[in-house]
Amino acid sequence: MSLFDPTAAFPRRELLLQMKRLRGLEEAIAARYPEGQMRCPVHLSTGQEAVSAAVGLVLRPSDLAVSGHRAHIHYLGKGGSMPRMVAEIYGKATGCSRGKGGSMHLIDESVGFKGSTAIVGGTVPVGTGLGLSIKRRGTDQVACVFLGDAVVEEGVFFESVNFAVLHQLPVLYVCENNLFSVYSPLTVRQPTGRAIHEMVAGLGIPAAAGDGNNPEAVYAACREAVAGIRAGRGPVFLEFATYRWREHCGPHFDNHIGYRSEEEFLAWKDRDPVVTYQRKLLDVAAVTEADVAGMDQAVADEVAAAFAFAESSPFPPGCTAADDIYATGAIG
Amino acid sequence: MSRQISYAQAINEATMVAMERDSRMLCFGLGMDDPKRIFGTTGGLVEAFGRERVFDMPTSEAGMTGIAIGASLDGARCLMTHQRLDFFLLALDQLVNNAAKWQYMFGGQSSPVRLVIRLILGRGWGQGPTHSQSLQSWFAHIPGLKVVMPTFPADAKGLLLSGIFDDNPVLFLEHRWLHNLQGPVPEGDHRIPLGRAAVLSQGTDITIVSMSYMTVEAMHAVNVLREAGVSVDLIDLRSIRPLDWDTVLASVRKTGRLLAIDTSHAMCSVASEVVATATGECFSAMKSAPRRLTVPDHPSPTSPALAERFYPRAEDIVMTVADMLGVGIDTSPLLAARISPHDVPGDWFKGPF
Repeated sequence: MSLFDPTAAFPRRELLLQMKRLRGLEEAIAARYPEGQMRCPVHLSTGQEAVSAAVGLVLRPSDLAVSGHRAHIHYLGKGGSMPRMVAEIYGKATGCSRGKGGSMHLIDESVGFKGSTAIVGGTVPVGTGLGLSIKRRGTDQVACVFLGDAVVEEGVFFESVNFAVLHQLPVLYVCENNLFSVYSPLTVRQPTGRAIHEMVAGLGIPAAAGDGNNPEAVYAACREAVAGIRAGRGPVFLEFATYRWREHCGPHFDNHIGYRSEEEFLAWKDRDPVVTYQRKLLDVAAVTEADVAGMDQAVADEVAAAFAFAESSPFPPGCTAADDIYATGAIG
Repeated sequence: MSRQISYAQAINEATMVAMERDSRMLCFGLGMDDPKRIFGTTGGLVEAFGRERVFDMPTSEAGMTGIAIGASLDGARCLMTHQRLDFFLLALDQLVNNAAKWQYMFGGQSSPVRLVIRLILGRGWGQGPTHSQSLQSWFAHIPGLKVVMPTFPADAKGLLLSGIFDDNPVLFLEHRWLHNLQGPVPEGDHRIPLGRAAVLSQGTDITIVSMSYMTVEAMHAVNVLREAGVSVDLIDLRSIRPLDWDTVLASVRKTGRLLAIDTSHAMCSVASEVVATATGECFSAMKSAPRRLTVPDHPSPTSPALAERFYPRAEDIVMTVADMLGVGIDTSPLLAARISPHDVPGDWFKGPF
């Protein structure tokens, strides 16, 4: 399949603004994490904004999505509430999971974000099952499964994609290959020279790879994939190369501890998806300096408001710790 | 006399009723629509509801469990069946980390996980180490799951329907030796609430708590004990989580003696939990130390020669109760009444599984 149609129009301002929101939120978490008020593990996505921004803009609010442990910006890209997410990380009663889940368990069903969970690969079959139900209901919705490069090392990945192909389910698998699983590089986990998307294609699913730091490339690939899925042509797998700037878990940079190099990081930072795209849009006069300044101010305001909401929200009462073990009435 | 059908037919009826009531419900499992129809429990389903809703599946226990969770989160109730519990162990991550936690970890802000997983427990005819495990205590240990183990056809139908229309994941453990058991079963949408035990006989000397196929052995034992002048409160748990503590504890307070029978090993078992809780709650009423009767602390062997003493039977229950009461009871009538080899439930069972 072709990945990039240069003649198609892109929602350029939206792509840039969305990437700035995602960057602004993650960097604010990194800056404020040492205050000790966000008392749960955080897996930040700084450097990976292009995929979440573009996929989120291709999908409709009625489409469904699931993700894994590094899910802040998938949730935000899909339209999830920023204040409720920050409140969740703060462990507050106003959090999207009312303090039960923290950073790794985000949900906002009002925008189709059906949940992110912590076990690698754990939501791949769940997202595939969303696709099964969608297909039985006969709508043109899409179920989007966000995953990382380590997920394709899990058995449920193969089981799920096999089933999605078998039943031609409306599922978009979006794999962000950021080269590392915690500190373990791809080279100790998968054979050198075997591309993830080529291996996955062997399962019978249309699969392609693209530049995960180029929001227009991601947008174009997803737009084409989603159009085919909506038309009933079955699932699609897309792999995007990108890089997480900060440590696996936590707010710091960790290029000095020995599992990757400063040079590698700087090479990827040189291709910063936000800065690169902003420069491009300025160069072609798609945005002005004033537009950019306005976006930056809007993002700063939104992020500040989200943190203010989280900080001013109450903690859940201790007596609610045993609530919600079981669903007690028909919700959906 | 009310209508009598088998346990397998009762499961089939419950599934039919549920599929008719909820047009979005899905029903799948390995062999779901094959010629054997999962010991007859899924007969007629695909003919009635079509292959979109009733289907065989890839040999992917973990993936299909997650797929069931996902489909249910979008509003499609799922009933999944495994012909042996042991194969389902491949799916424990999806069960424990996803199905059991989904409500809790999202603070009740998610759609419900409406999922019933039928797990068939093997026994006898050389089922051996990996085709006969009875792991209800594993599942019952996990907050967020519900676990049932019906013994009789009417309970099988009633608990399966209640489980399907519950808003939480339910493990439905059905013993292979019960599939041919006949009993009266109400027609239509017959439901039995989860979490309520059945008191099968009333007595004052001892409380016997049992579940699933072991309740059948216990009933034979209770008859012999009655002849010997021992009166028994026999409680069939039916539901393992939630467990009907009110019924169990009231009985132990009344009789002062407790024998907890389990289809599994003693270590960390449901029987152990019953003994621990009853002892803690009813200590001052206890007249003797509570006992457990379980399979031995080793895997189920395959050879009939090795398996002969593996499963406790009615005579073991009688002798344990006699020992607890300090009386002698003759078990020879029970032994004389045995007409089938020890490794089959009756003439109807010809193997292979």
